[in-house]
Amino acid sequence: MTAPPLVAPPREKTRVPLTSRVPSRFLPVIATFVVFVLTFGAGSIRYEGFATGQVVANLFIDNAFLIVVAVGMTFVILTGGIDLSVGSVVALSTMIAAATLRAGWPAWLVILAVLATGALLGLGMGVMVHRFGVQPFIATLAGMFLARGLCFVISVESVSIKDGTFRDIALASIELPGEVAITYGVVIALIVVAVAAYVLHLTRFGRTVYAVGGSESSATLMGLRTGRVKVGVYVISGFCSALGGLLFSFYMLSGYSLHAVGLELDAIAAVVVGGTLLAGGVGYVVGSVVGVLVLGTVQTLISFEGTLSSWWTKIVIGVLLLAFIALQRLIVRRQPVK
Amino acid sequence: MTRSRLLWPLLALVALLLLNLVFTPSFFALRIQDGHLFGSLVDILRNGAPTLLIALGMTLVIATRGIDLSVGAVAAIAGAVTCTHIATTGDAIGGMALALGLCAVLGLWNGFLVSVIGIQPIIATLVLMTAGRGMAMLVTEGQIVTVNNDVFAKVGAGFLVLPIAILISLAVLAGVALLTRRTALGMLIEAVGVNPEASRLAGVRSRTIIWTVYVFSALCAGVAGLMIASNVNAADANNAGLWIEMDAILAVVIGGTSLAGGRYSLTGTLIGALVIQTLTTTVYTIGVPPETTLVFKAAVVIVVCLLQAPRLTRTFRVPVPQKAGA
Amino acid sequence: MLADERSAPSDTAPLVELQGITVTFPGVKALDEVDFRLLPGEVHALLGENGAGKSTLIKALTGVHATDAGEIRLAGVPVSFHGPAQAQDAGISTVYQEVNLCTNLSVAENILLGREPRRFGAIDGRAMRARAAELLSRIGLHIDPGSALGSHPIAVQQLVAIARAVAVDARVLILDEPTSSLDAGEVAELFRIVRVLRDEGVAILFVSHFLDQVYEIADRLTVLRNGKVVGEYATAKVGRLELVRAMIGRDLTVLDEVERRSERRVPSEEPLLRAENLGRAGSIAPFDLELHPGEVVGVAGLLGSGRTELARLLFGADRADSGHVYFDGKILKLRGPRSAIAHGIAFTSEDRKAEGLVADLTVRDNLILAMQAARGWARQVPRRTADELVAKYVEALDIRPADADAVVGTLSGGNQQKVLLARWLVTRPKLLILDEPTRGIDVGAKAQIQKVVADLAAEGMAVVFISAELEEVVRVSDRVVVLRDRRKIAEVSGTEVTVDDVVALIAGEAEKVPS
Repeated sequence: MTAPPLVAPPREKTRVPLTSRVPSRFLPVIATFVVFVLTFGAGSIRYEGFATGQVVANLFIDNAFLIVVAVGMTFVILTGGIDLSVGSVVALSTMIAAATLRAGWPAWLVILAVLATGALLGLGMGVMVHRFGVQPFIATLAGMFLARGLCFVISVESVSIKDGTFRDIALASIELPGEVAITYGVVIALIVVAVAAYVLHLTRFGRTVYAVGGSESSATLMGLRTGRVKVGVYVISGFCSALGGLLFSFYMLSGYSLHAVGLELDAIAAVVVGGTLLAGGVGYVVGSVVGVLVLGTVQTLISFEGTLSSWWTKIVIGVLLLAFIALQRLIVRRQPVK
Repeated sequence: MTRSRLLWPLLALVALLLLNLVFTPSFFALRIQDGHLFGSLVDILRNGAPTLLIALGMTLVIATRGIDLSVGAVAAIAGAVTCTHIATTGDAIGGMALALGLCAVLGLWNGFLVSVIGIQPIIATLVLMTAGRGMAMLVTEGQIVTVNNDVFAKVGAGFLVLPIAILISLAVLAGVALLTRRTALGMLIEAVGVNPEASRLAGVRSRTIIWTVYVFSALCAGVAGLMIASNVNAADANNAGLWIEMDAILAVVIGGTSLAGGRYSLTGTLIGALVIQTLTTTVYTIGVPPETTLVFKAAVVIVVCLLQAPRLTRTFRVPVPQKAGA
Repeated sequence: MLADERSAPSDTAPLVELQGITVTFPGVKALDEVDFRLLPGEVHALLGENGAGKSTLIKALTGVHATDAGEIRLAGVPVSFHGPAQAQDAGISTVYQEVNLCTNLSVAENILLGREPRRFGAIDGRAMRARAAELLSRIGLHIDPGSALGSHPIAVQQLVAIARAVAVDARVLILDEPTSSLDAGEVAELFRIVRVLRDEGVAILFVSHFLDQVYEIADRLTVLRNGKVVGEYATAKVGRLELVRAMIGRDLTVLDEVERRSERRVPSEEPLLRAENLGRAGSIAPFDLELHPGEVVGVAGLLGSGRTELARLLFGADRADSGHVYFDGKILKLRGPRSAIAHGIAFTSEDRKAEGLVADLTVRDNLILAMQAARGWARQVPRRTADELVAKYVEALDIRPADADAVVGTLSGGNQQKVLLARWLVTRPKLLILDEPTRGIDVGAKAQIQKVVADLAAEGMAVVFISAELEEVVRVSDRVVVLRDRRKIAEVSGTEVTVDDVVALIAGEAEKVPS
């Protein structure tokens, strides 16, 4: 009947060997990264011209908007919620941008209007979830319908973007050493990731996000402002979707109601594959970024293969989802009794 | 209790129908032509048939505290398998049987992930939602498979006084109502949804129950998929049943069944599905661009959900009980 | 022991003073004019059985429940908190039985979140870990503040919760059953920390039902029963016997209908169920037990002594990790409730709401649930049979309202309990395990349930009867199993058994009767 010694003899604090701390917390992210390296490696062995810097850069260029959207989704999922509206908000953003630019608004005002709209939609959903106890699934489903519907109200047709500023930003490329070029979209996406990581890990708001996901009632009893956080994450997700929508409109140079259909699934898949628990409380934005890259690589691989049809992408994503959910369950089970 | 839950959706339905009547005085008119019944109301029922079917399956899934996101993809698979089979062999019955058999397997898969592995329903079915459409496209090899088969065409577009699609979905509604009333399934589903632990201690086989509802949901989705494909005589793996899971979930929620599980109402689901379909029809009749239906849909969802929201009810209707003793 | 000197600190002004506190819930007075004093630098134990009002008192003090009458004074100043956060700001921290922290965050964050050190607006991780390490070392806990809380055992999490409470410069620390999931070594560690804090002048309110622990740590104690203060004692001056009596009370609602079973049955040779060395780590130590047909076996012990755990093992609700169960002479593998039910074992949980009733369903559905579950979903209990059963048991057990379609959640506690009992009776079990079937129900319903138990035994059913009220256990049972600290310590039988005997056994002051 000897108890495990609670008080270990005073040992050197904080400097615990890395191996004992890293695995359970970072394992999912590491696993995702390994999958990314493996898929990419497979591609580079199989196809000539795959393992070039530009292919990597293109992964970022093609998926910059998805990275931004996935970052917002990560916030929501970390609190244990879900945001189904992101794809529609992206489409709405491209639509508002294209329409207001056509109406002659200056680019800065357009950008401001788009971002404000996204944040406002997010606020509305957050209030529904927090104040009125509507389930996140239903509240954001309503948001999804609303945003997609508003697109159609603005225009049923695709509206192309001819504004000089937008085109300049869209077409400009930044030369990196090694004959690799990226777009401003990539830079913005990376800044968003950095800011998100900062907020999540170094601010009280961010830590409260994790606390709410871990146990909302505990967080409340600890005196944390859970209400503000629960609404806040939807605002952030709305904002990120709007920003993602701007990047998407740079990428497509058009606004269209049917842009980004099903994007919410890609974003959720990226977040889950990136190691974030859908139950909330565990995960990293960096994981979501790697998740996006894995999805992007699968897509690139399949397009390189040529003979493989694009629908394989969906099946592969489904299988990846399953694999990572299984992995997470294993990790959760291995943890000591709650 | 049940009556008050159905009040708001019923009012919404009546309001929508009256709105139609204002814009189109002949809205309620029915006529018989060649032994077939025609009219706006029939159209609403016919167009709403697939959603209703899927919503019925979804109701039972939601009653067990679950959710099934994969129904749209399953519907697409059913259409794809049937049409491909018909295109190659010309055998409609065999194709439909094959499709429904496959749907049952997919339902087993969902049920396995949820009840045996213990994955949250929303993620467990997300897997098939994502991969399923890819599988449908694999079956059709990415093409839209068109078929020309009289038997198959009847499922979605045939008439037996009323459109056959309506008859099928009403038959399923009646069947489910009967099945859940005449067997203990309904009661056990509710017991598992309301209090899983108490049900376990009372010896309820919750695993079997959960498995059953997911299989049923997939079968409903399969039949709906057949209707959708039959209606256009083609299997479109990309767009068949797209977002129908969302409509179905909405129908269930509008019908007063809580996503938290427990008491469910098939009548409520019927009303919910009708509200959604009538809304779409209304938008057409009153001359608003049809694409904006979604905005109205969102408005209805928000209003109905807020009216049913527990917190709102608590805030505005029920006096605070704790002060009673003071 | 310093307890003696500490017991009469009449010169010390109380830090917390409750006067005439009354809290009313619909239909119940949870607290009835309670007076309570907590002095600085003392450990004050709060004792009482389930429903005595311990947690209500804590919640009234920390502003979770509003009070209907009375005054709360903190250091002489009248206060009124609206929620635990306000109480915390005033220096009253609570550590709950279930650790209310976030296991997914680091130890340091759990201690300091909400008031973490910041630099240029960002959380200063290094400073936070340093501060956390400092607080941890104050209570003598040397763990890595950067490690995830979930990677530590519950006991350590509990200590971290205390570290968090200390970090707010708590003047008053409430420990709500902190030891119920700890083993002996862990408890010792917790107490060491409690003493450190006490010596620093913190007033500590310690809620526990482990008498040994109370005697070890508490300077003074207050006993509550049915929402009222039974007495305030200096620990050193009160005997265990007296204490147990105060807690359990002599509820003189002796009910004429249930005469004490004068005729003790001679158990038949063959036991219906025989448990050998049955146990589960962390839940109840391995025990032997025989149950005979037609016999009522009472289980007595204080809250947390392993009463419920014993019942759950016999039913298979929890899996045993040692020992065997023989049923009707054959070994019985209990894989879960279903296998127990199939053999004719029935169990009603003490937690009616969470583990018994399906609140949203009707009386009829709840009543036939177990029978229906055994038949499978395809073979519905015919409506007529169901109605007959409902009518029969509504009458036999006097369930009110006598309406098969009433939603069970709307019934009173006693009637809910009767429905639960009826649920199992319709399955005609051979063994009926009742865990606190009379808790929280009115006297009339209690008597009825006791009578039913006696009748069932007379018909040949074996019954295990668990209750916190010893009067009741002794009156109803042919044999009483006594538990203490998650261990079966004795088994007494015969007409001569009195409540006092059992009290003595529970208090650990009597000769142990070998089982």
